[in-house]
Amino acid sequence: MPPGFAPDDFWLLLPEILLATTAVVVLGADALLPRGRQGLAAWIALGGLGATAAALVPLAGTHATAAGGLMAVDAFAGFFKLLFLLAAALTILMSTRYLAVEGARPGTYYVLVLCATLGMLFMASALDLVTQVIGLETMAVSFYILAGFLKPNRRSNEAAVKYFLLGAFSLGLLLYGMSLLYGLTGTTMLRDIGTALAGLERSRWLGLAVILVVAGLGFKIAAVPFHMWAPDVYEGAPTPITAFLSVGSKAASFAMLLRLFFEALPAANADWGLLFYALAILTMTVGNLAALTQSNLKRLLAYSSIAHAGYVLIGVVAATSVPQVGIKAALVYLLVYAFMQIGAFGVVTMLRRHDVIGEELKDMSGLFTRNPLAGASMLLFMLSLGGIPPTAGFMGKFWLFSAAIDGGYYWLAVIGVLNSAVSLYYYLRVVVFMWFKPQATGSPVVLGPAMGVLLAVTVVGTLALGVYPRALFDLADVSARALGAAGIATMVR
Amino acid sequence: MTPITPVHYIVLSAALFTIGVIGVLVRRNVIVILMSIELILNAVNINLIAFSRQLGDPVGQVFAIFIICVAAAEAAVGLGIILAFYRNKETVNIDEMSLMRW
Repeated sequence: MPPGFAPDDFWLLLPEILLATTAVVVLGADALLPRGRQGLAAWIALGGLGATAAALVPLAGTHATAAGGLMAVDAFAGFFKLLFLLAAALTILMSTRYLAVEGARPGTYYVLVLCATLGMLFMASALDLVTQVIGLETMAVSFYILAGFLKPNRRSNEAAVKYFLLGAFSLGLLLYGMSLLYGLTGTTMLRDIGTALAGLERSRWLGLAVILVVAGLGFKIAAVPFHMWAPDVYEGAPTPITAFLSVGSKAASFAMLLRLFFEALPAANADWGLLFYALAILTMTVGNLAALTQSNLKRLLAYSSIAHAGYVLIGVVAATSVPQVGIKAALVYLLVYAFMQIGAFGVVTMLRRHDVIGEELKDMSGLFTRNPLAGASMLLFMLSLGGIPPTAGFMGKFWLFSAAIDGGYYWLAVIGVLNSAVSLYYYLRVVVFMWFKPQATGSPVVLGPAMGVLLAVTVVGTLALGVYPRALFDLADVSARALGAAGIATMVR
Repeated sequence: MTPITPVHYIVLSAALFTIGVIGVLVRRNVIVILMSIELILNAVNINLIAFSRQLGDPVGQVFAIFIICVAAAEAAVGLGIILAFYRNKETVNIDEMSLMRW
């Protein structure tokens, strides 16, 4: 046993170990498999994700720390890990045909998807600034490469360069804030920082550290005014990666944000609460208004995903006065958002064929007659993203806005509702194209077996969580309780 | 001679950080922007090591070593990405990255 490790740690960290092993196995398979059979890598990766999810099951109900207190194994981490594994599995299902059409080599692609997922798992668990940063970078570096994976494609190149530059810059801001936190408190462990800050007077340095950390994480969740990379990167990256970025990376960054602010910085919640309040309003409004005029589907979904980050921030703000309710609402929304967003990107991926790029709004034309199943699914996802009952999106928004009202943030709830109304315009515009416009040209839109599974999972998720949300609420409730129970008590009311 | 105190280090790191941020915002060459980002990361390292020395706590130095590793990984990947871009476009000026609205 290396120092600092207990024998139990092996079991507590088994999901991460399994996932890392799978990544190595897929890398080996890529080198050993003959050219024609490289599609097999996808199945190995899916198997590994399944095994990781299975390893999470016996950890349900544990509330422990591993690796000398660097990693938390609790319901909060478990909730997010399941979300990441689900998003990764759906991304791989989406990728199989897409990569064949693009003519890209699948092996390394899946390795990078697995590495990004591994980084996300660490972000959800980390209880230490260093571990958080390493998790974040494992994810981010994998995504930089994935965004530029289509090497001959100039848009993909451009997306990678932009994502890399702004990602690295935001990391610098985040780290500078973290170094100030370390200087103020003398520790990098989140819970110890929380204890140290509770006894410390509010200072200008703490304010600066908070601003820098909010800015750094603001880039990662694509909150306005740190969002300018998102539309370009989402448009240029391979479509399955766009889906994974907008769901996995965003949820992981929110997990890290919640850990950091509710475990380490609850004492300064008056400062960052105000910052997030402003960010939430700006993000929702700018995201929705910019989405109104988009003609590129991926760009439209990018702005919509920015707006959705704004909705989740409502939950974070509400949590400064009603912690359980706010965090729970944010968790519910992130999971709901995963189903509907990945589903929508799945349909966009189907539009990519040998003769059609299929990323423009007009490529949706006549989808209902060309492929009724895909058209009906897309209708459901659009209604859910717009927040129409009985879909999951409605339930998620309902909980976020009622959390805001519980917390006394009435204006936030009002602005959120107004924004949802605005967003319906561009979601329904997509539906209008599918239903009322004449058919687009090009080869038929085919629903393969992998894409069938993807649509089934996302449609069932979007509907089931909308009609019967009880199970999700209970799960999110337990998870929210696990977060920062000690730190939240010290919050200044 | 006045002794060198942690304040000196913090002033130095703040200066480096500011130069880095200005560089990222003002310069148009991707390689120079990458160098400016490295300046920011090194400002962080100076901070961490100064605090570590002042607090008598080694964790800050460990953090700095991790940041050096992360910066190396980022530089490797970043230069690779920039090279792929250059092969298609024959420029490293970010004003030329206009295929999608920046």
